Amino acid sequence: MSLSTETQNQGAATTSFGGMQARSEAALNTARVAISNLDFFYGDNRALKEIKLDLPDRQVTGMIGPSGCGKSTLLRVLNRMYSLYPGQRATGEVMMDGENIIADSTDINSLRAKVGMVFQKPTPFPMTIYENIAFGIRLHEKLSKSEMGERIEWALTRAAIWNEVKDRLDRSALGLSGGQQQRLCIARTIAVRPEVILFDEPTSALDPISTLKIEELIDELKRDFTIAIVTHNMQQAARCADQVAFFYLGELIEVAPAAQLFTAPKHPKTQEYITGRFG
Amino acid sequence: MASVSATPPRAASRRGSSLGDKVFALVCQAAGIFVLILLGALIIELLIAGLPAFRAFGLAFVTSTDWDPVKELFGAGVSIYGTIVTAILAIILAVPLAFGVAFFLTELAPPWMRRPVGTAVELLAAVPSIIYGMWGFFVIAPAFAQHVQPFIIDTFGELPLIGFLFQGPPFGTGLFTAAFILAIMVLPFIAATMRDVFEQVPPVYKESAYGLGATNWEVMKGVVIPYTRISVVGGIMLGLGRALGETMAVTFVIGNANRISTSLFGPGNTIASLVALEFGESEIGSLKLASLLALGFILFVLSFVVLATSRYLLRSRLKV
Amino acid sequence: MSLALSSMSHPGPRKDVATAARLGASRKRTDRIIRTLCLAATIIGLVLLASILITLFYRGFEAMSLRVFTHVTAAPGSEGGLLNAIVGSLIQSLIGTAIGTPIGMLVGTYLAEYAKDSWLGNAVRFVSDILLSAPSILIGLFVYQILVLPFGGFSGWAGIAALAIIVIPIVVRTTEDMLQLIPNTLREAVVGLGAPKWKMIVLICWRAAIAGIITGILLAVARVAGETAPLLFTSLGNNAWSTDLSKPMSSLPVTIYAFAGSPFEDWIALAWAGALLITLGVLSLNILARTLLRSRI
Repeated sequence: MSLSTETQNQGAATTSFGGMQARSEAALNTARVAISNLDFFYGDNRALKEIKLDLPDRQVTGMIGPSGCGKSTLLRVLNRMYSLYPGQRATGEVMMDGENIIADSTDINSLRAKVGMVFQKPTPFPMTIYENIAFGIRLHEKLSKSEMGERIEWALTRAAIWNEVKDRLDRSALGLSGGQQQRLCIARTIAVRPEVILFDEPTSALDPISTLKIEELIDELKRDFTIAIVTHNMQQAARCADQVAFFYLGELIEVAPAAQLFTAPKHPKTQEYITGRFG
Repeated sequence: MASVSATPPRAASRRGSSLGDKVFALVCQAAGIFVLILLGALIIELLIAGLPAFRAFGLAFVTSTDWDPVKELFGAGVSIYGTIVTAILAIILAVPLAFGVAFFLTELAPPWMRRPVGTAVELLAAVPSIIYGMWGFFVIAPAFAQHVQPFIIDTFGELPLIGFLFQGPPFGTGLFTAAFILAIMVLPFIAATMRDVFEQVPPVYKESAYGLGATNWEVMKGVVIPYTRISVVGGIMLGLGRALGETMAVTFVIGNANRISTSLFGPGNTIASLVALEFGESEIGSLKLASLLALGFILFVLSFVVLATSRYLLRSRLKV
Repeated sequence: MSLALSSMSHPGPRKDVATAARLGASRKRTDRIIRTLCLAATIIGLVLLASILITLFYRGFEAMSLRVFTHVTAAPGSEGGLLNAIVGSLIQSLIGTAIGTPIGMLVGTYLAEYAKDSWLGNAVRFVSDILLSAPSILIGLFVYQILVLPFGGFSGWAGIAALAIIVIPIVVRTTEDMLQLIPNTLREAVVGLGAPKWKMIVLICWRAAIAGIITGILLAVARVAGETAPLLFTSLGNNAWSTDLSKPMSSLPVTIYAFAGSPFEDWIALAWAGALLITLGVLSLNILARTLLRSRI
């Protein structure tokens, strides 16, 4: 594998290797979410082992690894999604705003307002496009009709779908295409104005064009949001992420700026995975 | 990509939503517990109300064939006999029909036909019990008296060993007619359960049998039935449970006589029909009323056992 | 097609062609006989339904007239109708369903959203399923014991209570089934926005399951509208016009039962008219419920 630095702009470097484009920042920002000593259990089965990972503020953290490695599980810890299911529990520390969010005392609903999530498959609610966006907003805020209209336009615009739906806000969201539905779900998430957005394989159910749009969107969103994205697609991680974490069998094997992890992995397992020897 | 201002200022997060969660969860749980209490109260009320009868007659109440309001002698023997005989006979008549319908609907019928025919058979289950009663009384009983029963009596009445089942005058009403009506009423329940479980056999199993050159019937007999037999029995038990407690249809056609006749064409009664007929003529606090409530308790125990068994057998229906 | 294959490999045991043909013929015959019997069974089922409907239409239409809807039940030979029975049935079925439905929905929600595998949930599910198929006459006896005896007599309320108890398990079943069809991803999407669980259930899950739940409610109305046995000892019946729920109240099925068993020609005719009304009502509710469910899912 040959390495070559191709371009330099504004302190960010883009490197290419084996057909992948990876971006590396000069430095990672300070941590917005700090995970340490995190263990996770499905019943007796330990799915995450002593995870230590920082999500840098307003940057994208990509999580990669073979199926069942625990990357999606980690995502579901970050907004306490696992609390829906009895028998699933986490121990350790996930610090955000000086609070350990996996502690019992955390108010889960306001946590989820701060940490939004976009799912693998688009999940439009069975209601109009307008109501889909308004739903989340109404949970946390009381807005006048005009404020609500502005907020919905803002969210849909940020999600790059406003122009496609502005004339049919009162139609059912179920009539949108898969890619549109996913961007609607992103709009619904950012309408609540979270600080962190979790993406759980957001493009795995989409066609390449829609995938490209979502990736561009993620790139745009990180100006304001701290983002974590789980993906099976290493090119996607290389394209979107500033920092990439590689998980294997419930352990965090290696975390590094994207260009470094893909071009000069330190751990042999990482090397094997990114060169396609397993996974 | 449209350029938009950065995020609006974040609203202060509000707490207190967990109270709503607790209240709603409690209300739902309370409703669940209410259902438990309902069934518990039903059992206890029937038992307590029937206690005077159990006290007066002891265990013999279950077997005694007396029903004499003048002498105040009551027993459940005849109606328990009638309940069980009509229900089982109904199942014997209904199961082959139900199997035929289910087999036809899952494997044989052309696809366009399955839904309307299936719906029509299910509508049989929706017809109110009282309608079956009227139809049985005004249409089936006369037809039986004039055509069906004389023929059966002439044909089978003289046979050794089983001939006694088919002797006696052709009234039209009686145990057999009640069982016939019951069979029609439980047919849709059994057929629907069978169809559902047949449809849940993974196609790959059936395909592998067809691939060996098996006929429809051989696939049914060799693959589908072995895979589903437990659920099929569960469906039959469900039908049996329904037949045991059916009231109005039976009351119309069973003949309402408190005696055990050996002939299936003889009149009789069932627990439900006896209660429906006699309840209105019982005085509050009388031993007769207590006996009727005690009968209700016995009917409850009978159906509970059958329905619980059915549910146990059908528990895996969704996990095949 | 197997010829080419078998000539290439070493010869296996030779098939006895004659036996296979004979067996094949007999297997096909068996198959044909059984398929014919199954078709016959289905036709018998359809003929029975047709016979019931034809009888009802024939005798019901004969007895049908405007008088049925404008006059209350009256003594034999005095030109009565079924007005009080029709209204009584509507009142009792609708109020009974209105009371039973919210309870049933809460129980179904409890089972699907809160108590999937807990022992309490399993117990509630079991008991609800037993109630669903339990003899309805016993529910009549039960309500007689707890409402009629202690509160001084037969009443519309007692009839409503008995019907509500029948409604509950029907609504429980459909609510739980429909909620289970909702994918967990939808639930996660809702709570992912920070919605509390109860809002997730009320605003999204119930909404997504609404077609199924309405189907259940329609089926419940259809079921209780035709129930006779639980009303015999609760609302009893009333030959006069009455909408007072604390008094005995007339209902179509109980009136049909009384009239059909009577020796009077005009009463029997009215019973047929009532039977036609109630069957048409119940069957159209059933068909409506099925169409609704199919068109929405």
